[in-house]
Amino acid sequence: MTTRLDTTFATLKAAGHKALVGYITAGDPDFDTSLTLLRAACDAGLDVLELGIPFSDPTSDGPVIQAAALRALKSGMTVARVLKLVRELRRHTETPIILFSYYNPLLSYGLDRLAKDAASAGADGFLVVDLPPEEAEEFAPALAAVNMPLIRLIAPTTPPGRMRLIAQGAGGFLYVITRTGVTGAGAHALDPAAIRGEVESVRRASGRLPICLGFGIRTADDVRALAPMADGLVVGSALMKIVEEHAGKPDLPQKVASFIRELKQGL
Amino acid sequence: MTPASSGKSYPDDRGHFGPYGGRYVGETLMPALIELDQARREAMADPAFLAEFRALLKNYVGRPTPLDFAARLTADTGGARLYLKREDLAHSGAHKINNTVGQGLLARRMGKTRLIAETGAGQHGVATATVAARFGMACKIYMGAEDIQRQAPNVLRMRLLGAEVVSVTAGTATLKDAMNEAMRAWIGEVQDTFYVIGTVAGPHPYPVLVRDFQRIIGDETRAQILEQTGQLPDLLVACVGGGSNAMGLFYPFLDEASVAMLGVEAAGDGIDTPRHAATLCKGRVGVLHGAKSYLLQDADGQVSEAHSVSAGLDYPGVGPEHSLLKDLGRVRYTAIDDRTALAAFQKLARLEGIIPALESSHALAAALVEARQRPPGQSICVCLSGRGDKDLDHAMRAIARFGEARS
Repeated sequence: MTTRLDTTFATLKAAGHKALVGYITAGDPDFDTSLTLLRAACDAGLDVLELGIPFSDPTSDGPVIQAAALRALKSGMTVARVLKLVRELRRHTETPIILFSYYNPLLSYGLDRLAKDAASAGADGFLVVDLPPEEAEEFAPALAAVNMPLIRLIAPTTPPGRMRLIAQGAGGFLYVITRTGVTGAGAHALDPAAIRGEVESVRRASGRLPICLGFGIRTADDVRALAPMADGLVVGSALMKIVEEHAGKPDLPQKVASFIRELKQGL
Repeated sequence: MTPASSGKSYPDDRGHFGPYGGRYVGETLMPALIELDQARREAMADPAFLAEFRALLKNYVGRPTPLDFAARLTADTGGARLYLKREDLAHSGAHKINNTVGQGLLARRMGKTRLIAETGAGQHGVATATVAARFGMACKIYMGAEDIQRQAPNVLRMRLLGAEVVSVTAGTATLKDAMNEAMRAWIGEVQDTFYVIGTVAGPHPYPVLVRDFQRIIGDETRAQILEQTGQLPDLLVACVGGGSNAMGLFYPFLDEASVAMLGVEAAGDGIDTPRHAATLCKGRVGVLHGAKSYLLQDADGQVSEAHSVSAGLDYPGVGPEHSLLKDLGRVRYTAIDDRTALAAFQKLARLEGIIPALESSHALAAALVEARQRPPGQSICVCLSGRGDKDLDHAMRAIARFGEARS
């Protein structure tokens, strides 16, 4: 069965385009604004939505996404409400939706129930940042039962032998982390030469799957510089920074939409 | 007792203690954890490494620490004889140094030049800064802003030892958030930095690594009690925050069916109030800081705030090996509230001339309850995991709030 995600990457590839993957925390600043904002983001041309289920202790995230998670939790966001958001959003858009989270809220919800509920709400996959392949056996059967991929990550620190282990049994796309560090603007600038080397290693190890690059990609210029190397690019903290700066203002959805259009021009 | 039923044969190769433990971290850290596990296995099988570790424990830390019969405390309590394992006498004031000497040696062996650590009460931060100074390494300690307030003397100590203390204001500004921030820092500088985790928690191999460096507490206790009484103890008691002093004391005795064990968590305002840190008594299974274990969390899987008068026990998680030992029934876990711990804190000062850490005061309070219920022929070994100098200001204010205990 071809999934929405596979179709998206195949269509883009056929047209010679790259995917813009946007990370947005669900329920930030509140449920209704989030829904409006997500619709605007998809309408503006986002190719894949990475929708964040907030967690109290996001140890892989930098300050911007940490703050987004806190705002979302404060507004009463739960796993069940994120699924409700997906269901509402799915009425308006065919954009593939990857649910991004840490493992604990998912485990707490119940893995079998979660996979079923996420599939029926219209989600297309999961990315669990603290669930490496070695620990994924517990969640894998539930996801397989609903034909949903668990997106796997490869880091600059991952040696080639391990890249093969990660690529085996991966689905959807491979998420290649472009620098060592947490999400968002860190101390180190992106190093295109090093990233090119990393992506070439990943290609040799994986072959088949689309590759998306993420972490520290902030501007249309970043997007332009990295797009030739990969099948897609992930922008997260830069988007959430706009949410942070415009939360509570009526023009928030338009600000996010115009940033996405600007990034798309780089692709 | 067979190793499987006692829990002594764990973890497996991938760091699982039955259903607990494992490695739940982002991919950036996975290669470093695999490398650390390899280095640990090689080091722990290398007689030269172990000899250097033992020599430092003897000459630098001051081991063995005494097993001290508390005659007046025993007489006052009535019942079983109380022995104190005096980790408060270890260099830098707590058992934490056993582990930091071990990890510091391992860091040096791996060619790492920078140490980072999280700290709650500050004891692990001090112990890490101490070892960094001794080995000539750079050192950065992440500490919750609230803990910096209530453990001020340890902050001064860390700075004097040459460490940089980073104030963490995120979340609840306590140990959990300090550990979050240390993990984030490690992700950014994982190639040249060694993360010194202070307890038997975190991703594999930390729980087994820390246990193996701390088991010296139990190994010594076993030899000392046999020498002093000719018999094994009837009960071991230790406080459990993350659980490193408890694992260190318990582990060498796990196969001894006649030795009962009691882990003591912090009940804060009371175990039936929302303000406590009794993870094993009241939590449910979850994943935090890289391992699956019992966890204080809400119905939606968000981690709860822990509360305790003792900064070192103020943690919503617990080491995965304790979760297994609880499920196996090998160790019993209970909780002591702030008021009862503070009473034990004062009692030990007045009856034995020893000012215990507030963390250790929880173990002591539970041991007093147990001693009263047991005949004088029995013996109880309590791990006095640290000294209380660091707690004086904070403890005195708390005592004033509760009213002074009568001894």
